[in-house]
Amino acid sequence: MSLIHEIDYGTPASKSEKLVTLTIDGCEVTVPEGTSIMRAAMDAGIEVPKLCASDMMDAFGSCRLCLVEIKGRAGMPASCTTPVAAGIEVSTQTPRLKDVRRGVMELYISDHPLDCLTCAANGDCELQDMAGAVGLRDVRYGYEGENHVTARNNGEINAKWLPKDESNPYFTYDPAKCIVCSRCVRACEEVQGTFALTIGGRGFDSRVSAGMAEDFMSSECVSCGACVQACPTATLTEKSVIEIGQPEHSVVTTCAYCGVGCSFKAEMRGEELVRMVPWKDGQANRGHSCVKGRFAYGYSNHKDRILNPMIREKISDPWREVTWEEAYAHVASEFRRIQYQYGRDSVGGITSSRCTNEETYLVQKLVRAGFGNNNVDTCARVCHSPTGYGLGQAFGTSAGTQNFDSVEFTDVAVIIGANPTDGHPVFASRLKKRLREGAKLIVIDPRRTDIVRSPHIEASYHLPLQPGTNVAILTSMAHVIVTEGLADEKFIRERCDWSEYEDWAAFVAEPYHSPEATEAYTGVPAELVRGAARLYATGGNGAIYYGLGVTEHSQGSTTVMAIANLSMVTGNIGRPGVGVNPLRGQNNVQGSCDMGSFPHELPGYRHISDDATRETFEKLWGVEISNEPGLRIPNMLDAAVDGTFKGIYIQGEDILQSDPDTKHVAAGLAAMECVVVHDLFLNETANYAHVFLPGSTFLEKDGTFTNAERRINRVRKVMTPKNGYPDWEVTQKLAQAMGLNWNYRHPSEIMDEIAATTPSFALVSYDYLDKLGSVQWPCNEKHPEGSPIMHVDGFVRGKGKFIRTEYVATDERTGPRFPLLLTTGRILSQYNVGAQTRRTDNVVWHAEDRLEIHPHDAEQRGIRDGDWIRLASRAGETTLRSLITDRVAPGVVYTTFHHPTTQANVITTDFSDWATNCPEYKVTAVQVMPSNGPSDWQVDYDEQARQSRRISGKLEAAE
Amino acid sequence: MSHDNTNAKLIYMANQIATFFKSQPQNEAAQGVATHINKYWEPRMRRKLFEHIDNGGEGLTPLVLEAAAKIKRPEAA
Repeated sequence: MSLIHEIDYGTPASKSEKLVTLTIDGCEVTVPEGTSIMRAAMDAGIEVPKLCASDMMDAFGSCRLCLVEIKGRAGMPASCTTPVAAGIEVSTQTPRLKDVRRGVMELYISDHPLDCLTCAANGDCELQDMAGAVGLRDVRYGYEGENHVTARNNGEINAKWLPKDESNPYFTYDPAKCIVCSRCVRACEEVQGTFALTIGGRGFDSRVSAGMAEDFMSSECVSCGACVQACPTATLTEKSVIEIGQPEHSVVTTCAYCGVGCSFKAEMRGEELVRMVPWKDGQANRGHSCVKGRFAYGYSNHKDRILNPMIREKISDPWREVTWEEAYAHVASEFRRIQYQYGRDSVGGITSSRCTNEETYLVQKLVRAGFGNNNVDTCARVCHSPTGYGLGQAFGTSAGTQNFDSVEFTDVAVIIGANPTDGHPVFASRLKKRLREGAKLIVIDPRRTDIVRSPHIEASYHLPLQPGTNVAILTSMAHVIVTEGLADEKFIRERCDWSEYEDWAAFVAEPYHSPEATEAYTGVPAELVRGAARLYATGGNGAIYYGLGVTEHSQGSTTVMAIANLSMVTGNIGRPGVGVNPLRGQNNVQGSCDMGSFPHELPGYRHISDDATRETFEKLWGVEISNEPGLRIPNMLDAAVDGTFKGIYIQGEDILQSDPDTKHVAAGLAAMECVVVHDLFLNETANYAHVFLPGSTFLEKDGTFTNAERRINRVRKVMTPKNGYPDWEVTQKLAQAMGLNWNYRHPSEIMDEIAATTPSFALVSYDYLDKLGSVQWPCNEKHPEGSPIMHVDGFVRGKGKFIRTEYVATDERTGPRFPLLLTTGRILSQYNVGAQTRRTDNVVWHAEDRLEIHPHDAEQRGIRDGDWIRLASRAGETTLRSLITDRVAPGVVYTTFHHPTTQANVITTDFSDWATNCPEYKVTAVQVMPSNGPSDWQVDYDEQARQSRRISGKLEAAE
Repeated sequence: MSHDNTNAKLIYMANQIATFFKSQPQNEAAQGVATHINKYWEPRMRRKLFEHIDNGGEGLTPLVLEAAAKIKRPEAA
């Protein structure tokens, strides 16, 4: 193993198909037209000295090191800004170039500290490398003159010197070491798209400045790390590198946060993780990252991690640490006892969208082969199950249709119920880049999310609809497209069922679907809906990106169908730049669905009633599989309250915090006789558990994650599991204790079984993934290299199906007692229930959940910014602090659900999507009023949580 | 509103499904409801639904009752 050094070509690749041949240092080189001389040279293996250039951003031409000479041309042009031309002869090293470069370096070094031995960048400093490359031996100017290096100069205070900015928890900014190459500023603009950094001052006074000469924490910086990665010196440096030193080997792996699934190099020293650096060859992220993946991995070492299995008789008892063998035997005997006593169907399991495909596959296999029923479900139930249902009906498969690269070809992006700059930040950066290049944007969201208007980005249309009226808006857009003759009839005739289209077109053309008619309840002016529909239908490649603001409604599945209808009626399916793109919440939510985590289907989305599919698995597993669908998570809880469901194995999910109507979840869990929680921490669900099995982090195991673009990416082990065993091994031992003959020696063997049984994974193996880097399913004989874009020549189901989408108002309505609508979401720095991110320094950005409320609603209630307020719904009440903002419309309030003390889900109700039971998180009628302290529920809950986390023989652990 | 007992919840869910299919072409509606429930409802949920239908089916919309003939009746527990 060694450190992976990625080649920096200096400038981005040219997309031109025309080739140009030139000569560099006597070598003939052929490159695409528009390539820089610097990049062409690197292609030929010649590294021209450089400081301000990086292939992550456009050429800048400021450092004057990369000069070359071209035969027949005057002067010494910068190779980064000079494009190749046919037949030119370039020299990268001549006596004149050597002198000039040495002179330039001499100037740089005359205003740079010479503390190389003790500098954090020692061993990874491009300035040092270039001093070496140009043969700098002497600095004739001395170091005493004007400089930015020393706090005092000739006994006087040096006004040009600035102290180190250590405000960001993850990196430092040391202005004394800055060479003002502008790489950080350009990375912030071009790669991240935040524009938080600038160069302040002129000439010798020029300096990098966060915001208006603020510290990094006070500025708009979102801590994505792009500037740190771009910095050629120690000016911007990870605090972990300062503390530990330079890494000595690195391993490519996949981030375990959101569904973008970024590839990272885990840079290591021994088994200590020094830093995570985004990998340029990662095809989801292309070398970019966000604050979570780049920096928030500290939870893996957090003191709260539980490392030994534990058991207790009653949930009011303290935990008792036991051996693994004891834990397995206990679970096996309890589950067998329960099944003997209450029937085979009285137990089940929940797979984790944070665990690997292999681990998820094993949990559903344990339920189907070991428990003998289909009572298995996963967290997709509460997020994207309507996507699975809706797209399955319309297209024949539930997956997103594009890869992330597709956005580079999009002309009109429509974002519905998603907040990508917070939820899917790396994708958002790629989208913003395309928007800055001129693509248009339509946002359909009750809130004015950041992407609606941010530096150099402005949505052409923002449709701030009333929560719960998605179907009405989208059907209105279809009305406009059909009645104004904007439908792509050629596409529809070729690709869709024409008679179904005619039925649907007649349906949407009804006057009551017109924007003028729906305006009364959607709250969106008709002209905006018409304008947005026209733009999407006629603006070129139209791509729809959507999130949980679409799915988490009573009509979630209907909205997904409405989205599919819009894409088909405009012909926006089956090529780059278009499509229907669900943005998945958790890293492996796509994978956990693929792996047969749903109670009604086996791996590869094949219904449990299909005899041929069951037979495949029955033969291999040597068991009979029930042909009846099992219970979904909410059904399990209902059955538990009814007394027919008594035992559950939950891997890596925290349903008590993440699922709606907390009191009902708690009642369900409390009614069970054996709750087994397999997790990193004593999460909220563990308050109701009888057995706790310690889990392992993504850094501690091998496996694969599948991201939102169906990309199967390797997860690679970089350190020994702190708890002793990766999760797949724990599930296997549990299965063995229950009498199953499982003998997987490595996760690759599990993937081989998946490939052998699931046609869309037929060619997938660890060897193949190592060869290709990653692959998007379907990956089989028909698509050996995988499938970046789906439905290219025809829909998976044959003809695309138009489905009528009648708007039905949710039964969750406002009234005199609960006059406001609450909608929920997430924030950049935190992830899901926060179990991981709350245990990192990310809490400096978001230490608590706040309630966003419009100034008008706040004033009516006498609420000031930051006041404690009581938030009540029919389901329950909680308290949290207010945040007054006009991002939310009057009548709408918003909060996040990252903190257990807030318990936002005490408020949410048990209404759910008609097709999938996906909860209606996004609409709850509430009242808000001033408060002076936590609710009774919060006080009771805190006390119960504290009691239930006691471990015999140990001091009480803090949460 | 919180559904206090599982029966009320099942009635609500069945009606929700029927509300969607009611808007679909008339000849597909009842079959749509039945297929959906057959594909996604665990036997004990269907059993409860039938218990309720056999007791008169109060609260269920006509389309659910119409679909009942096409819903798979689970074996007795």
